[in-house]
Amino acid sequence: MELRVNGELRRFDAPVGRSLAEVLRADLGLPGTKIACFEGHCGACTVLLDGVPTLSCITLVHTVEEREVTTIEGLRDHPLVDAFVREDAMQCGFCTPGQIVSGAALVAANPEPTRDEIRHAMAGNLCRCGAYRNIEEAVSTWRD
Amino acid sequence: MARLIKTEKEVEGQYSETWVVVEEDVLDQWPEGPRGIVGQPAAKVDGYERARGEARYTADVQLPGMLHAAVLRSPYAHARVRHIDVAKALDAPGVRGVLLPERAEAPPTHARAAIESDPGAIGRALAERARVAPLTTEPGYPGHAVAAVAAETLGQAEAALDLLEVDWEPLEPLLDADEAVSRGSLVSEERTYERGDFERGLAEADVVVEAEYRTQAVLHNSLETHQAVCEWHGEGELDVYVSTQFIWGVRQRVAERFELPPDKVRVVCEYMGGGFGSKNGPGDYTLIAAELARITGRPVKCALSRRDENRATGNRNATIQRLVGGARADGTLTALGGEFVNAVGWDGFSASTAGPMQMLYACQNVRTVENGAKLNTPPNAAFRAPGFVEGTFGLECLIDELAAKLDLDPLELRRRNHAESDPVNERDYSSKNLEECYRRAEQHWARRDEVRARSDGPWRYGVGLASQIWYGAGGPPSYAWIRVGADARVTVVTAMQDIGTGTRTAMAQIAAEELGVPLEWVQVSLGDSARGPFASISAGSSTTPSMGPAVRAAASDVKRQLLEIAAQRHGVDLSTLTLVDGKIVAGGEREWPLSELTELLGDGQILGKGARGPNPTGMRALTFGVQVAEVAVDVETGEVVVERVAAIHDVGRIVNPLGARSQVEGGIVQAIGHTLSEQRLLDPSTGAILTPTLDAYKLPTIADVPEIVTEFVDVPDPHLTNLGSKGLGEPPIIPTAAAIANAIRDATGADVRSVPVTREEMLTALARARERREETVGAPSA
Repeated sequence: MELRVNGELRRFDAPVGRSLAEVLRADLGLPGTKIACFEGHCGACTVLLDGVPTLSCITLVHTVEEREVTTIEGLRDHPLVDAFVREDAMQCGFCTPGQIVSGAALVAANPEPTRDEIRHAMAGNLCRCGAYRNIEEAVSTWRD
Repeated sequence: MARLIKTEKEVEGQYSETWVVVEEDVLDQWPEGPRGIVGQPAAKVDGYERARGEARYTADVQLPGMLHAAVLRSPYAHARVRHIDVAKALDAPGVRGVLLPERAEAPPTHARAAIESDPGAIGRALAERARVAPLTTEPGYPGHAVAAVAAETLGQAEAALDLLEVDWEPLEPLLDADEAVSRGSLVSEERTYERGDFERGLAEADVVVEAEYRTQAVLHNSLETHQAVCEWHGEGELDVYVSTQFIWGVRQRVAERFELPPDKVRVVCEYMGGGFGSKNGPGDYTLIAAELARITGRPVKCALSRRDENRATGNRNATIQRLVGGARADGTLTALGGEFVNAVGWDGFSASTAGPMQMLYACQNVRTVENGAKLNTPPNAAFRAPGFVEGTFGLECLIDELAAKLDLDPLELRRRNHAESDPVNERDYSSKNLEECYRRAEQHWARRDEVRARSDGPWRYGVGLASQIWYGAGGPPSYAWIRVGADARVTVVTAMQDIGTGTRTAMAQIAAEELGVPLEWVQVSLGDSARGPFASISAGSSTTPSMGPAVRAAASDVKRQLLEIAAQRHGVDLSTLTLVDGKIVAGGEREWPLSELTELLGDGQILGKGARGPNPTGMRALTFGVQVAEVAVDVETGEVVVERVAAIHDVGRIVNPLGARSQVEGGIVQAIGHTLSEQRLLDPSTGAILTPTLDAYKLPTIADVPEIVTEFVDVPDPHLTNLGSKGLGEPPIIPTAAAIANAIRDATGADVRSVPVTREEMLTALARARERREETVGAPSA
């Protein structure tokens, strides 16, 4: 099947039932998207589907054909990346790509989010290290 | 000359003596205060790799020909496996190897035929059995590994597990910790401790509080689950890629298990997605992957699902603490006593829940009894200050309940019982600035009138505080090598791991500071036992105090060589030379870029080495702190909101204030989870774990984070290493629960003695407080 990933048309075979996250990580060489729960509870696997944050671990790859997928690899030069590093908005970093993808969707739709809007939009991205305060700061100051 | 000396080493509160070889002259500590690089906030040197998803975690390791393992874990808390029929699993698509417990029955005839027709993978798997994999026929907890399958894909392996036909004999599980103790089902012998005369101390008390406190089992839930990829090179060499907090510990344990010389086992962990104490050893998954790799001749990945993660990889065990405290009217503690039950589980260790009661205050009469219950529940594992998180909740709530009875200010009560030397063994502290922490806490404590005044309608506001004591000195051995090439760039090489605490960054800062070069010139190469020397476990708040001094010593070795060469090259007196910001400086007058000197090297390198020296003899090196929490409680619904936490900690010199603040915030966020929402629930009759998912198990989210104010005393410990730094990973999670509970009492008058403070728990505590008030009011007048 075919998929547009980070602006590039990618061709691959995938058995029915394979998740978008597995295809990205194992078949397309894009391991930046992490799988931490594999059942849509933690947000680590968040990618953008036509700009909308989506849990790729519970998205069957055959349901997204012909749609535009953006992963962390497609956002490597996003100002949020600098903001996350500057604000120390990560510890182990395993949730960080998903956090940045969610943050990117938020600031694209709402370039000046309030603290409450950030908390609302990012509440689905768990960080067990508890870097939340710095994550909030990074999203809040993403254009600095 | 090398000197062999004996020193004391502590990991997670367990002391041992160890020999250490000391070669270098001891470096003087840097003077107190921030320096050019050490003490300045630094963004993570590997931040971009992590943020861009380029960091390679164990989860990202894909080797050519790699198989995937799935593990059959017992659905029962206690059972016997009578028989496993593997025939259907063996015939399943993609299956390349099956591991069964040593005592399982032989495979059926047609499986033997399959072995003969395919003497490769599956044949050897069945013929040799699980030689070393930790599989059992008598599972003692839900999640205990029974069998494992390796297949071409994870889906195939999981499908094959379903085809294993297991004849289970469920057995009665033992789930109640008190019952286990009374039956003598213990993981280790009862620990008793007494100093002074507890009964006399109690008799001398003007007020006594007796209360039972309970803490729940909580789950680590590192976002990268426990996992390993193993690949053999011939029969005698094994590569292990593993998400671990202790590369060298995994190397040792795997080598022992497979009877290999340790240097034939290479352990790699460049990035790992959280551990919090649960990834200190190889676990069953590493040994299963290694054994399946051995019998299939293919690399094998064994990664736990989230649900298995929450059954089989450890937890902070629940505790029951029956405490008594007595004090004179002036606040002097006359007696502290406790009976502690750790609900340890099937295996694991009984952590020092009594430690804070023994160590925190100068009370002369203390008696504690600790038991670790062996139960049909998953084994515990170290979780960020094991024992002290739980024990501090009990003790520091008890102290506040005493303060209430004494009508004394809780901060003042703590000050009056400040310990000037270690009350357990009367040793001097290598450094202690707890009183300075108390002094700095005053401004946060002073907010309580203003905070209480916010109470409105059902919402009540209050402030509480609690003290923190913990270890964190680290110890030898740990080593670092440093090389400098012709481009004057510096590489620190050590086979340690960075579990997310910013270890690479702190080590780069220390090397850059000592060498006098910009931070950007330094890179840190870690995470591979084949590439660098031994390094400490990343646990017990020991990484920076164990590794940092070794890195500084190595940098000093390199600096000495560079300056000696510079003196010869430029014909100047060595004693006038120093390195500043990448330049050789002679007496403040002449300077040359370092690269001018190193260019002469061509392919040559300057090599330095450094080792962690001994801990101070006869002293106690500990960490201290205090936290002040502000809460709001809805007395109608039982909702508790933590609004603000101020944390003041004394951990010696701070290397990276930015990373240190992040550690404190992370510890407090985890502690808020422990205090308000997190709880591993078991079915009380079967022992089944009811909260194995991140949907059922309530981790804090970004919406739960209060305002957090972090302060450090930041005074180097003058007796501890060339750095004066202690560890910070664990201290910030220790006092938070008690500070919150004490703030709840301040807000509502209710004693919460059990965490998590669910709405049910809060409403029950409020009802108890109401009854008590009514009794007092309704009592016959005197």
